[in-house]
Amino acid sequence: MAPDPAVVRFEDVSVEFGDTLALEHLTFELRPGDTCILFGAAGSGKTTLLKAAMGLVQPNSGSVYLFGQDITHLTEQELFDIRARVGILFQEGGLFDSLTIAENVAYPLLNQRVLREANINGSGSRSVEDRVKEVLHFVELDQTLEKFPSELSGGMRRRAGIARAMVTDPALLLYDSPTAGLDPITANTIVALILKERELRNTATLMVTHRYLDGHLMANFRYNPSSGAIERARPAAGESGPVKTRFFVMNAGRLAFEGSEAELHATQDPYVKKFLRHGSA
Amino acid sequence: MLDFLKPPVQAFQDCIVLGLRAVGNVFRSPHYADDIFQQMDTIGVGSLPIVAMIGFFSGVVMTMQMAHALQQYGAQGNVGQIVSLALIRELGPVLTAVMVAGRNASGIASEIGSMKVTEQLDAMRALGTDPVQKLVTPRLIATTCMLPLLTIVADYVGLVGGWLVAYLILDIPTSQYWSSAWQNVEYKDDIAQGLIKPLVFAIIIALVGCFYGMRTTGGTQGVGKATTKAVVVASIWIFVFTAMITRIFT
Repeated sequence: MAPDPAVVRFEDVSVEFGDTLALEHLTFELRPGDTCILFGAAGSGKTTLLKAAMGLVQPNSGSVYLFGQDITHLTEQELFDIRARVGILFQEGGLFDSLTIAENVAYPLLNQRVLREANINGSGSRSVEDRVKEVLHFVELDQTLEKFPSELSGGMRRRAGIARAMVTDPALLLYDSPTAGLDPITANTIVALILKERELRNTATLMVTHRYLDGHLMANFRYNPSSGAIERARPAAGESGPVKTRFFVMNAGRLAFEGSEAELHATQDPYVKKFLRHGSA
Repeated sequence: MLDFLKPPVQAFQDCIVLGLRAVGNVFRSPHYADDIFQQMDTIGVGSLPIVAMIGFFSGVVMTMQMAHALQQYGAQGNVGQIVSLALIRELGPVLTAVMVAGRNASGIASEIGSMKVTEQLDAMRALGTDPVQKLVTPRLIATTCMLPLLTIVADYVGLVGGWLVAYLILDIPTSQYWSSAWQNVEYKDDIAQGLIKPLVFAIIIALVGCFYGMRTTGGTQGVGKATTKAVVVASIWIFVFTAMITRIFT
């Protein structure tokens, strides 16, 4: 049987919390290098979708495949090894209050079994300390190693969260509202970091956001490694858009829209149009 | 018709499952020894002053009340016996557990509850750590180790409080108080009862605190509610179980 090309695949997934249907018959897939922007009102099931993608929430029906493996019925212990290949930035940051920023970023390297064993056996290419410094330099937080999360601003905490998500070089990155509650300048800095990561490592990215601008930047801009700047991308040969980016709009647990940015603008769905009008305001 | 019973039965069942998972983790690596010692310090050393104070005044009050009652029968000299049995069998374990529940079940629930609402528990799971193994098991082990020790301290300090009252106010000779207090205590009955109770109470305090912490929803308001529930439920179960254990021994 041919290996599953999708990084993550949802097949008719439904999730219920008591009487509330958080996700309803969701089917989609994400391949390596793909970017997926997820819009939707609060409570539409975006965060549940992200959590289901890495097995933090178990579907009531349907199947979730991560790197070709059905994770729907795996135990928590079995999921740990698969989750080591996924990075996630939580909406609330999820940084551990009692640990310094350096300890927070080093946490997955020291606690995920496969990565810990790689470090112990010396098969890890760099020491944990070097990797932590490198990734904190990437998000421009070199001076915060010994600080605690409570000592940082909201934007800095979000960047520390991104550093922790990407420290393991994951094949899939999940971002839950990375720009929520931030000023426009800091929000654009965060999106630039996400663009940079995607460009340098060809990571599959699933990003939940309320800002239309975030999706627009992800679809039309790229990081230029030689100049170190974010610049407008040109459509690649044979591709319809500049960057392989799809847009999803969720409404009450269902996908109200799935398509490219151009299709998003052309849609006549009243909910999506309403959402776009408010999102781009 | 009995639908109203579903939530508490479900909660009880979930709490038992959490307890079994926490106990199962004792025999599974990784073990978080640092967390266990840190919790022992917080729960044991941190509670020591308040437990000693409560124990002391329990002994003082018990001695004064019992001396007054025994005086009517001319048996005031036996006050040491009454105080020691009451303290070792019942007051020491229960008062210590209630104090530790107030101080630590609330602390555990609020700490874990805050972690829950700020998605730190999800982050833990996403980053390869089982929150039950990292948070619940160390607290369960630490409370189970420290509560019996705190109870022994409370019992002893209570007896000292009783002796001060007996010696200074009631003019009972020191040797009479201590021999009466000591000679009537039986290992099989009194000491065993006085040590089994804190073991059971420790499991209740740690599990109830962790359980309500891990079920917290609704932001900071939810943390407050979880904290209150943890203290109330732990205190109720302490009294229920002390009655059951006492019935077994009598």
